[in-house]
Order: sequence, then C-alpha cells, then structure tokens
Amino acid sequence: MEIKVEMIDVYIGGELFQVPKGSTIIMAMEYAGFQLKKGIGCREGYCGACATVYREKGDYKLKGGLACQTVVTDGMTIAMIPFVPAEKPLYNLNDLTPDVGTFTKLFPSVFRCVSCNTCTKACPQDIEVMDYVQALIRGDIARAADISFDCIRCGLCALRCPAEIVQYNAGILARRLYGKYLAKNSPELDERLKELEEGKFDKEIEELKKMPDDKLSEKYYSREIKIS
Amino acid sequence: MYPEYMSESIKKVEQTRPQRLELAKKHGKNVFPGMGEQERADILAKFHPDYKDDALRELRIGPNKGDKIINEVVDVMESYPRDYPETFDLNKVDMETDILIIGAGSAGLSAAIEASESDAGVLLITKLRLGDSNSMMAQGGIQAADQADDNPILHYLDVIGGGHFDNKPELVDALVMDAAPSIKWLEEMGVMFDKNEDGSMMVKSGGGTCRNRMHSTRDYTGAGICRVLRDEVYNRPEKIKCIEYSAATELILDEKGQCAGAIIYHLESKQYSIVKAKTVIIATGGFGRLHVRGFETTNHYGATADGLVMGYRAGAKMMFMDSVQYHPTGAVFPEQIVGFLCTEKIRGLGAQPVNKDGELFVYPLEPRDIEASAFIKECESNMGITTPSGLKGIWLDSPLIEELSGEGTIEKNLPAMLRQFQRFDIDIRKYPMLVFPTLHYQNGGLEIEANAETTIPGLYVAGEASGGIHGRNRLMGNSQLDIIVFGRRAGRNAAAKVKEGIKLGKLSLQHVTDYIKEVDGLEIDKKHISPIVLPDYIPDHVKAKQLSSEFQGTLF
Repeated sequence: MEIKVEMIDVYIGGELFQVPKGSTIIMAMEYAGFQLKKGIGCREGYCGACATVYREKGDYKLKGGLACQTVVTDGMTIAMIPFVPAEKPLYNLNDLTPDVGTFTKLFPSVFRCVSCNTCTKACPQDIEVMDYVQALIRGDIARAADISFDCIRCGLCALRCPAEIVQYNAGILARRLYGKYLAKNSPELDERLKELEEGKFDKEIEELKKMPDDKLSEKYYSREIKIS
Repeated sequence: MYPEYMSESIKKVEQTRPQRLELAKKHGKNVFPGMGEQERADILAKFHPDYKDDALRELRIGPNKGDKIINEVVDVMESYPRDYPETFDLNKVDMETDILIIGAGSAGLSAAIEASESDAGVLLITKLRLGDSNSMMAQGGIQAADQADDNPILHYLDVIGGGHFDNKPELVDALVMDAAPSIKWLEEMGVMFDKNEDGSMMVKSGGGTCRNRMHSTRDYTGAGICRVLRDEVYNRPEKIKCIEYSAATELILDEKGQCAGAIIYHLESKQYSIVKAKTVIIATGGFGRLHVRGFETTNHYGATADGLVMGYRAGAKMMFMDSVQYHPTGAVFPEQIVGFLCTEKIRGLGAQPVNKDGELFVYPLEPRDIEASAFIKECESNMGITTPSGLKGIWLDSPLIEELSGEGTIEKNLPAMLRQFQRFDIDIRKYPMLVFPTLHYQNGGLEIEANAETTIPGLYVAGEASGGIHGRNRLMGNSQLDIIVFGRRAGRNAAAKVKEGIKLGKLSLQHVTDYIKEVDGLEIDKKHISPIVLPDYIPDHVKAKQLSSEFQGTLF
C-alpha cells in the first residue's frame, strides 16, 4: 500500500515550512531540519520538557501544549518554550508540617490566586490546576495532592498565571507532604522491614545464591503462583 | 479513531468479550495455559528478534572482543571518539569534585541524594534537564516483596527465572533484599504509593511474578518517584551541584588506572570542560534510541548508550549485550505514537491480548520476552491487524478492565494511558488498543559488583547502563527498583571510598588513544563517532544539504 503524504504549512518561530500532515510539532520541526537539544525529552508526554505555545489559523487564542503530543494544523504558528523561569523555594521536608502554614511561608503567591482559571485552561494534562491552588489555600493538602497528581511540570500554568503563582512547585510539595505525613503507614511494610533487620531471609538467600541452575530451575517452575 | 476497515475485527473482539469475561471471572489471570520450559525455549528461538541469524555479530575491540553482541551496539563500540585525546590539556582542570554523577534519571538522582548525606562534594551532570529520563516515563510499577504472603526468596526466584538463570546472584540478592527498605526510603521522601484505606499497599501482579508485588503511583509510577527525587536534589544545592544540557563524552583515568573524571560537552555553547573527580558514577540509562533492528522504541530521546560506550572504552567489561528487551505492548496506532509504551499494568488489571478474530492465544502475563515472541508469532501467522502504514499488531482488549472491575477503573488506574489515546480520539474504555512489541530495555550493560563498582577502581554504574542484575530478561517493576537500589548503593559506596581517601595520579586519556589505534585497524569509516549523544531524525533530503562538518551525535 503506497502512502501519499499530504503537506501543510506551519510557521516555526515565525518561519514558514512545509511538513507532512499528521505530524506532531516535534516531528514537524525535525522534518524541517531542526535537531532539538532543548525543549525535548521523553517524546511521549511524560517529562514536560516540550512546552510549546501556538496559534491556529483564524483563531485569536494563544494555546499551549506539549510539542510531542500536539498535532500540527495547516497554518499553525509555533513557539517552543524550553524553559520557564520560576522560583522554587528550598526546604527540608523533615522540618515541615502538612498544613496551610507551610504554604503561607513557602508559597505566599498561592494566596494571590484570583480564580481566573487560566492555569486550568493552559494545562495540557487537563488538570484542574486552579482547584488544587484553591485546595492549598484552604489547607486541604490531600485534595491538592490528588488533583495535581498528573502534573508533568511543563510550566505552562505558571507562564499564564496573572498572579505569578508557580503552581507546579506548590503541587509537588503538596504531594510530598501527603506521601510523607498524611498517607497511612503500611503495616506489612513495617513488619517486613523488621524481619529483614532480624535477618530472617539471609540463610535461604545464601542457599539460593549457591544453588546449581537445574535445582534453581526446578524450584522456579514449581513455585506456587498466587496472583489476582 | 480507528480506520473503517478495522471495524470488522473490532466487532469480533466485542463478540468474544463476554466469553472471555466469564473465563476471567472464573480463573483470574489463568485464561490461557502458561508455557513450560521447553515451550518457552521454542518460541524464543523461533520468534524473538534476538534469536534471528543476523541479530548479533562479533565485537572486534575492547574487553569483550570476540563476543557476539547486538549489531547496533557493535556499531557504537567500533567507532571513533568525538574528539581526539590530544585536543585536551588535562593539566587545565575546569572543575573538581569528589563524586561525579553522569545522568539524572532516578539512578543518578538517588546516588546524588545518598552521596550528599556524607561530606563529599557531588557534581551531577545531564545532557537534558534534570529528571528527563526513562525513569520518568515508567508507568506500571516498582516491585518489592513486602506483603504477608510474599517474601524476598520468592522475589529472588522470579527475578532469576525471568532472567533465564543467567543473572549474577549477588546482584539479585541486593535487589530483592533492598527492595522493602527502598520503598520506605521513597515514602519517607514523600512518594505517594497507591494504598488502601487502612494504609496497606495496593499491589498488582506483573509478567513473571508469582505474587502481587507491584507497587504503583497510579500509572505515573516512574514520574511519581523521579519527580520527588528531583525535588529533593533541587533542595540540596549546597551539597549537590547540577549542570544540565551537558553530555559526558569520555571518561578520564589516572596513570594508575583509577577513574578520575570525565570530559563534558555543553550542547549549546559547544564547549568542552575537564572535570576531575575522585569517583565517577555512570547513570546514563540504556540504548533504545539506537533502534535495534529498526524497532520503534519506548525510550527517552537521550537513550543513546553513551555511558556504555565511555565505560567500555575505559576498560569496563559488558555483560549480556546479546539481549534486548522488547516490551510486548507498544502502540502501533495511531501513527503519531507508534512505539509508545502501553504499560504492562493494563494486562495486570485484566486486559487480554487477542488476535484479529478476537481469540486468546497466550497467557496474558508471561515474562516479557515470551509474551513479545507470542505476539510476533501471531502476526507472522497472519492473525494480526495491519495498520494504514503497514505495521502489524494484535489487540489489547482494554474495555474488559471495566467489565471486570467496574466503570471508572481505567480513569483511576490508567489516567496517563487514557489521556494519551484520547488525544487521538480513541477511548480505550470502549475500544481495544492495537499493539506490537517495541524496543524497551537494555537487559545487559557494564558489569558491576553488589557495591555497584566496576573493575575500574572508582567507577560505579547504576541503573539501565549496568549489567548482570536481570540476566537476559528483566521483569516489569524490577527496573524501577534497581535504579533506586543500585543508585543508592553507588552513591553510598562512592562517598565511603572518598572518605577512605583517594590519591589521584596524573590524569590520562591514554585509554582513548589506545582505543583509537585499535579502531584504526578495523578499517572503519571515520564518520563513525560515538557516544552519539542525541539521535537524529532529520529526513534524508534535508540531511543531504546539511553540509557542515559538525557532528551533533549522528553516527552515520
């Protein structure tokens, strides 16, 4: 089956290039001859390195997206944002408490939120960014951690925020506070740590390490499988 | 959306679904018989890409000379360095540190955090941004035997059986015994593991596991861990100095053969710097972007085997470089995300692989190499589905998950996956996913001991760049574990070695000079240069006009 490639116009940094229809922004830039060194990472929507703003033909809106996930359209104008200048307060998690006071101290900008929802609209992960900012203002760390969970730190929210909040840095702090202080301890994990410390498995592991392959294989293929 | 011509096959999948649902309700994961030892050996020999006649060739240089290893790895090993040793004046050291860590995925970040607990100075360099790595992309989980019905002994058996009994036993020991403490370490730092109401861990099974042992942070497990480690590194600027957008291109040894630093190259300004270090930790990850046998990859843009090349050139030995891990379920449709990883957790949650007629043909959770081979067999037997661009795949019946566990299960457990396909108008709650094996992981690497050190004094390796832990096949969730376990070990042991006192002699690149002489004898095109640093996806017609002599990392 021969595939006919249809070409469309895109403006990369204001300059016109013809690229195959259906390309993502990154594919389009590479097709045009750019070898990317910044603003590129996993190429699969996980690392947040390729924040990009663009306008589509005939649309007044400035949109944001991940270059590796956004498909180009005819007449699109693209500007990559490989880095977002943002403040990141330094802290030692061990010295913090999971409450609103921590945010008053470390992220006072959070309390300047004007509820405009621009951050939410800017988020390529469809996170309700404003909702987690609001949760932080109420001191609801668990909710902020939950809502912000899928954040990949692309920075588009902070870039558009009129209140100059760096949402994603506040989000990671909320999640870390939750993980360390608010999530309940796993009793099984603590029990296993105790057993390991007592050396409960040491002898058997040593035996396995010395076991010839045929014995080991026998043991492996006859082990009971208990999964759900 | 799927093209019209696939609808007939999708209908067949829908038709067989109720039957398969009943099967799953009755037998759990055992909806198809698992393979025994002989069956596994047969399917690997016939269908696994590593076993094809032309997959391997003899390496003619370095400590593994004479070994038959993966073609594409031979290519980067039988190559010239990016720059000649005489270019550098090693008397002019630009930076000095106790511990140089190359690579800032979870292995490098863990090493940095652990090392910074000592008095040692740490320099962490990465060619992209801190945290941009394969670690960040991992979805499904991290293994640790911390449940009451599980233990490190069973974990050991799973690891070594999955690796076909080739694994280095002391490394498996370290991996499984450090697992629970690693989970605790991560949780103390604020990683949000998926938990039940009472605080117990939500654990799932994975390919080749005999117990539910997979811990997760939704389907962002790699990110859930890596971004916490990164945040912690950001918080320690006094102890950990970070340099981004800089690639290491060569290791420096001293005249006594101890590792003594690296040459680093700033990608934008194109400046080289000489870093003198008492110890070096390679945490550069794997080789997915070498596109072995032309396979698409799930890997990060920077996965170009740089650490492997540098370490080998300096004299470290490789292990198991004759084996590649193809993840069974890479997307083959839509076109924009070909190669994209569809996490094993999808099968862990109950999705079944079926052929074009909607029939089951394999136990859904065989170890990865076996499962991948079964998919390839099905497609080669004309039971797969062909995409508009000519790729072949089989269906992964994701809607079954919600039929099994209720509406909302996918949104809650697989948000990344759901989002990814929704971007291209495919709702995986309603339609199956079209998948085929994709190049996922470098099973082998530079050989290490349980303390993460190589045969070169002062050179440590952690993470995917290392070899021996997983033998010739890694199980799901054990890589997320090994990067933490051996990252920490490397950091801790490097720091201890610094504390003991290291006296470096005169810095030397003699090993590179010697290597070049050997390459000269192979009659290799001088354009073959490594480490390649970044892959190159510029099309040929543009490439033909890019006539400057500057090599930006392209091998050919």
